[in-house]
Amino acid sequence: MMNIGIVSYGAYIPMNRIRIEEIAETWGRNPDDIKKGLNVFEKTVPSPDEDTATISVTASRYALSRVNIDPKDIGAIFIGSESHPYAVKPTSTIVGEAISAVPELMAADYEFACKAGTAAIQNCMALVRSGMIRYGLAIGADTAQSAPGDALEYTASAGGAAFIIGKEKVIARINCTCSFATDTPDFWRREARKYPKHGGRFTGAPAYFRHIIGAAKLLMEKMKTKPEDYDYAIFHQPNGKFPVTVGKRLGFDRKQLEQGLLTPYIGNTYSGSSPLGLCSVLDVAKPGDRILMVSYGSGAGSDAFDITVTDEIENFDRDKAPTVRELMERKRYISYAIYAKYRNLLYWE
Amino acid sequence: MGLAVPRFWREIPYRYNLIGSRCKVCNRIFFPPREVCPYCRRKSLGKMEEMKLKGKGRLITYTIIYTPPSNFENQVPYAVGIVELDEGPRITSQIVDCDPEKLKIGMRVEAVFRKIQEDGDTGAIYYGYKFRPVGEDEDKGETG
Amino acid sequence: MRDVAIIGVGITKFGELWDKSFRNLISEAGTKAILDAGIEGKDIDALYVGSMSPGRFVGQEHIGALVADCSGLDTLHIPATRIEGACASGGMALRQAYISVASGINDIVVVGGVEKMTDVVGGEATNILAMAADQEWEAFFGVTFPGLYAMIARRHMYEYGTTREQMAEVAVKNHENGLLNPNAHFHRKITVEDVLNSPKVADPLTLLDCSPISDGAAALILAPLDEARKYTDKIVKIIGSGQASDSLALHGREDICTLRATVEASKQAYKQAGIEPKDVDVAEVHDCFTIAEILAIEDLGFVKKGEGGKAVEEGMTRLDGEIPVNPSGGLKAKGHPVGATGIAQAAEIVLQLRGEAGKRQVKDAEIGLTHNIGGSGASCVVHIMEVI
Repeated sequence: MMNIGIVSYGAYIPMNRIRIEEIAETWGRNPDDIKKGLNVFEKTVPSPDEDTATISVTASRYALSRVNIDPKDIGAIFIGSESHPYAVKPTSTIVGEAISAVPELMAADYEFACKAGTAAIQNCMALVRSGMIRYGLAIGADTAQSAPGDALEYTASAGGAAFIIGKEKVIARINCTCSFATDTPDFWRREARKYPKHGGRFTGAPAYFRHIIGAAKLLMEKMKTKPEDYDYAIFHQPNGKFPVTVGKRLGFDRKQLEQGLLTPYIGNTYSGSSPLGLCSVLDVAKPGDRILMVSYGSGAGSDAFDITVTDEIENFDRDKAPTVRELMERKRYISYAIYAKYRNLLYWE
Repeated sequence: MGLAVPRFWREIPYRYNLIGSRCKVCNRIFFPPREVCPYCRRKSLGKMEEMKLKGKGRLITYTIIYTPPSNFENQVPYAVGIVELDEGPRITSQIVDCDPEKLKIGMRVEAVFRKIQEDGDTGAIYYGYKFRPVGEDEDKGETG
Repeated sequence: MRDVAIIGVGITKFGELWDKSFRNLISEAGTKAILDAGIEGKDIDALYVGSMSPGRFVGQEHIGALVADCSGLDTLHIPATRIEGACASGGMALRQAYISVASGINDIVVVGGVEKMTDVVGGEATNILAMAADQEWEAFFGVTFPGLYAMIARRHMYEYGTTREQMAEVAVKNHENGLLNPNAHFHRKITVEDVLNSPKVADPLTLLDCSPISDGAAALILAPLDEARKYTDKIVKIIGSGQASDSLALHGREDICTLRATVEASKQAYKQAGIEPKDVDVAEVHDCFTIAEILAIEDLGFVKKGEGGKAVEEGMTRLDGEIPVNPSGGLKAKGHPVGATGIAQAAEIVLQLRGEAGKRQVKDAEIGLTHNIGGSGASCVVHIMEVI
């Protein structure tokens, strides 16, 4: 079997943070209720000069800095996001140019709510397997939008992760991936609208839980594995509660989830969510560690991955780029007023 | 901004990737790239070679802008500095991800990729380099 | 080369002149200069005018012809040329006019400088002024004009221990002088504390470290020295003229704290005049920001590099000091309609050398110097004049 998997990875989150208290008090809500309800304490906020393109470039450059790969050997760049800076005009070519992977390059932007980044990983795997490309760069990144005062505002944050997918010097082999998708409109944003709408509690059972559990079970059936076979499990984390609940229902314990659970302190980075969780696990993983990752995108679908960390990770220059923990520690708190300014919530003529 | 996209598009290699130039006669390095070396002049014709700069350097001087040009209002106050790159050339750039009050001449800085300007909310978005302070021997960077 | 004299000066009020247009301003200054010289329109061989950005400030180019036209000189069909060198446009126009008379091509030349800066809205003036910086590699990244000088100031503080108080003293002195100049934009005494406590513009510079955005114009009449006596008996002769350039961007210069263009331009002018810096009795220098006056007195050789701040603090450049600098109030208090500045500086020196500067008259001034900078120092024009 061909060893296809992650050759390198890079993560990025902006350094601005806003505390749940700031948002809750602005809207007259009790912060403790929110924190308890969502298991989220603070979230990242992009600076005015940051967007999905800059986050993607930084994460990709971090990934490249950890390996000795000629960017020209990257044959494809796919970026999953629901906050591409342009509605029409690819983010992937901006990244391609910024890492000098152009012009012989397959480039495309993906959108599937929060799971387009993992779809990018799957497509890069397929292209590598077919021999069409040597390396593929798969990115999940977002500067998530949320209407002022909406429940999403407590979690919608910014961040992203980039993975170089290949078959040489693989640090984390992807043993299997499979997907589970149905037409379930739990969350959407209409063309030319600034903020998404969501189905409230409908986003739970029929949407998030059904698809994650469906994809995870499908994968474990295929691989003939049980939850206890995995050292780490990462589930899409729209808040700090859902991934813990879904893990429990599938039979995973908290210890397997901890390393990959970031939402309580960075919020929901949407397309960056489970990919950043995977980066956090790879930051500490040892050879032989087995990882289950299941993304979720509203609308709806889940991509599940069965991953084994290889011996190659011992030779891998993890230190050449910041770990997720280091990025999380690099922070400055902002007020709701600054948040409103940074996120363009203030309108004037 | 009123200027057509090509004006910015043609600078992409330099602004995204810090491509400068080296005079093969005297080995001086320039950013932005020059067509003619101001020291070797005619001897340098045809001998200016593009080279990628690493994007690491030191802060030579800086200011904190409180009265911005249009397009920068939502970033005030922001720092702008002159950085001396390790390869020699000096470059003017915003200094970000820092408390401007804590900047110091001589600080180590490294290049990051950011949005520089946008042509209103319907026009093109222009990206390029900014710099951020890093530790004295920190070697984890976008430009690694 | 022929000797050249300035035989007439004209200057408008500087300030926010809401009721005056670009055309009103330059024709007023030109007419005053013509009357001052006692020449007639038909005597004029050529017209030069310095203006930085009428295209952006008032939406008008083709300024040479326009100025001849609105000054009533269109029927004479004289050559009319606009010169641009950012804030040094006026100084450069004077130098071109000087060269044309010295060369023998023209005899009587009128040279003006003008800027109408208050016809644009909001921060547009800031954007226009930033065009004197490198648009692609400085301004694009968000640096403003005050920002460039602020970076020089911070480096000067770092290298030489120059203090904010010393910079503030420049503004205090120039505002004191401005009180004595009826044409000045500001007539307001300020203190060091006022400067330090005024709103930050580009740290370390505050609002009162900056010259204002002003409307205004000035004009001079030049003639060959031999003919000058026909018109006046208070002859001010141009004894030195120098101009130099440097990299457009501040970051392109080896020493951020030295404006080499000033050093080189003044060297040429001193050499031609056969004088040394200490021989200068009065100077009008380009204090677009307080730090710029400190740089100027250093780079012109009045004091050693790094000692400018101290010299200001000790009163060397006050009206009663060793070398009075900017008796007019300078750009800081007199105002800085950019294209007019270089001409207005020369007009002030002519008045000083003629002994007609009223309450701000520098005692026994015989040799005067003007120093006009473009951008953050990419252009410099220096003129030295002597009364004979």
